[in-house]
Amino acid sequence: MIDAVTQPFIEFAFMRRALAGCLALSIGAPPIGVFLMLRRMSLMGDAMSHAILPGAAIGYLLAGLSLPIMSLGGFAAGLMVALLAGLVARATILKEDASLAAFYLLSLALGVFIISVKGSNIDLLHVLFGTVLALDNAALLLVASITTVSSVVLALIYRPLVLECFDPQFLRSVSSTSSVTHLLFLVLVVLNLVSGFQALGTLMAVGIMLLPAITARFWASDVSGLIIVAVLSAFAACVAGLLLSFYVNVPTGPAIILISGALYAVSVLVGTRGGLLWHLAPRKHLEA
Amino acid sequence: MTGVGLRVALALALCLGLARASEAADAKVKAVASFSILGDMVKTVGGDRVNVVMLVGPDGDAHVFSPTPNDAKSLAQADILFVNGLGFEGWMDRLADASGFKGLVVVASQGVKPIEMEEGAHHHGDEGHAKDETPHDGHAKGEDHDADEIADPHAWQNLANGEIYVGNIRDALIAADPEGKAVYEKNADAYLAALHKEDDAVKAAVAKLPPERRRIITSHDAFGYFAAAYGLEVIAPEGVSTESEASAQDVAKIIRQIREEKIPAVFLENITDRRLLDQIAAETGAKIGGTLYSDALSGSDGPAPTYLDMFKHNIGALSAALSS
Repeated sequence: MIDAVTQPFIEFAFMRRALAGCLALSIGAPPIGVFLMLRRMSLMGDAMSHAILPGAAIGYLLAGLSLPIMSLGGFAAGLMVALLAGLVARATILKEDASLAAFYLLSLALGVFIISVKGSNIDLLHVLFGTVLALDNAALLLVASITTVSSVVLALIYRPLVLECFDPQFLRSVSSTSSVTHLLFLVLVVLNLVSGFQALGTLMAVGIMLLPAITARFWASDVSGLIIVAVLSAFAACVAGLLLSFYVNVPTGPAIILISGALYAVSVLVGTRGGLLWHLAPRKHLEA
Repeated sequence: MTGVGLRVALALALCLGLARASEAADAKVKAVASFSILGDMVKTVGGDRVNVVMLVGPDGDAHVFSPTPNDAKSLAQADILFVNGLGFEGWMDRLADASGFKGLVVVASQGVKPIEMEEGAHHHGDEGHAKDETPHDGHAKGEDHDADEIADPHAWQNLANGEIYVGNIRDALIAADPEGKAVYEKNADAYLAALHKEDDAVKAAVAKLPPERRRIITSHDAFGYFAAAYGLEVIAPEGVSTESEASAQDVAKIIRQIREEKIPAVFLENITDRRLLDQIAAETGAKIGGTLYSDALSGSDGPAPTYLDMFKHNIGALSAALSS
């Protein structure tokens, strides 16, 4: 049993690299997901992930298959969409979610447009978004760096961020750092999405950020607890997904996300904080 | 009323017919070739006397080709249609019917001795070629996938077969345009000599490679004729689905296979992610070969714009990867 778990990683370097990349991503992204969830911005992660596409595509057109340029392009495009959406929301009657939807649809269309102008359509999508099985040194380094930066910045803005989640009015009344915090947080969201995109593929990026965070909601109540559970469940899903892909012959990215989804489903049922099972059990007691 | 209509129609038909006839008198032979390699051969043999339209152009995949109205139009106006045969163009019969093509159909691979391939590994998209299947006990092999042995259509990958193609094309063009007989024969003779020379060159290049290194792994199973003719062992990666994202198992299998069979070079065009290939190379010590052109030529500015160039490019890439 233990052999079955360790053997693929011992035999194959690409499995070890995938594992390392997953570990880095599991430390960086789920905490961001926890805050997205707490601030009711879960779907924003999804929208932003699409916004990255045209930036990465333009980077590819300008510099070819260059990881730094494509990451930079994706980062710039993602951040621009987030900021523009916020700006439109503040300056007009449109709510932030609506303007975000508009901007991300536009950039998604722009991305697909740019990619098809280049000619070969499907190949470029493969190029723009890596797969977890093909992590080279540059991609690993990128993911690890982004995780490091993300963790440090998150630690710095942790207090105002928690405060803003639960009482934004109070934060604004006692401090002027509210908008700085918000901006830094947006930067972190985009950074982690870029990291997930370049290294692990489209589906992975948002999935590994949000699913573990939502799962954690059923097991922990305070923010630090949420983060710990989210990181652990993300990493467990990565290991299980890699092994599933190895033994059952299914694509790796979807396997990892599906395991994440299974963890979520189990948590919905038996989670100690508001799981359906605990919800049903006391009612039976009352009826009896 | 009907009388007038009839007369108008007759007059129109006459005009059109005359226009057609006068056009045909001084115009070139209108030929359609099903794919780029065949098109290049027809062009070379036909020279200035033949106008060639290729249905599947350079870098196009004839396996999954879907014809456009324009293709049907060129076919309807064509005098002669060249196809590869051996079940390569599953879509051709339907297209020819639908377009109302009335000219001469030439099967370029006529006279080639077909080798067999397993249908389970490669889908040519049409059940129509089931008739090509030779009665064979291949079904009794008990393989886990549904293996139907059919003729491998990629016969042009052997230059000796290419010479048969050229002969067929020459004869067909002479039949369609007897006035050009001398030109076609002259072009074909020069072409055949060039093909023969290249055939010798490929054999010489393979002979230079150390025998134990004459093996590659490639996901493209179009090199059956090449392998048989020139003594190269072409190994297909096991169970790799090329259309979807690769699983960890796929990659692990390829790596194990390369290690166990000590394959010196990998030509995996269908795995489009270069980074994945680099990983496989780093882990096995196998060299990554370049692109091998198999079913389609490259564009005119690419490395393999003609049939002859394709062989020069392929043998160059193979020699570079396999010489120790």
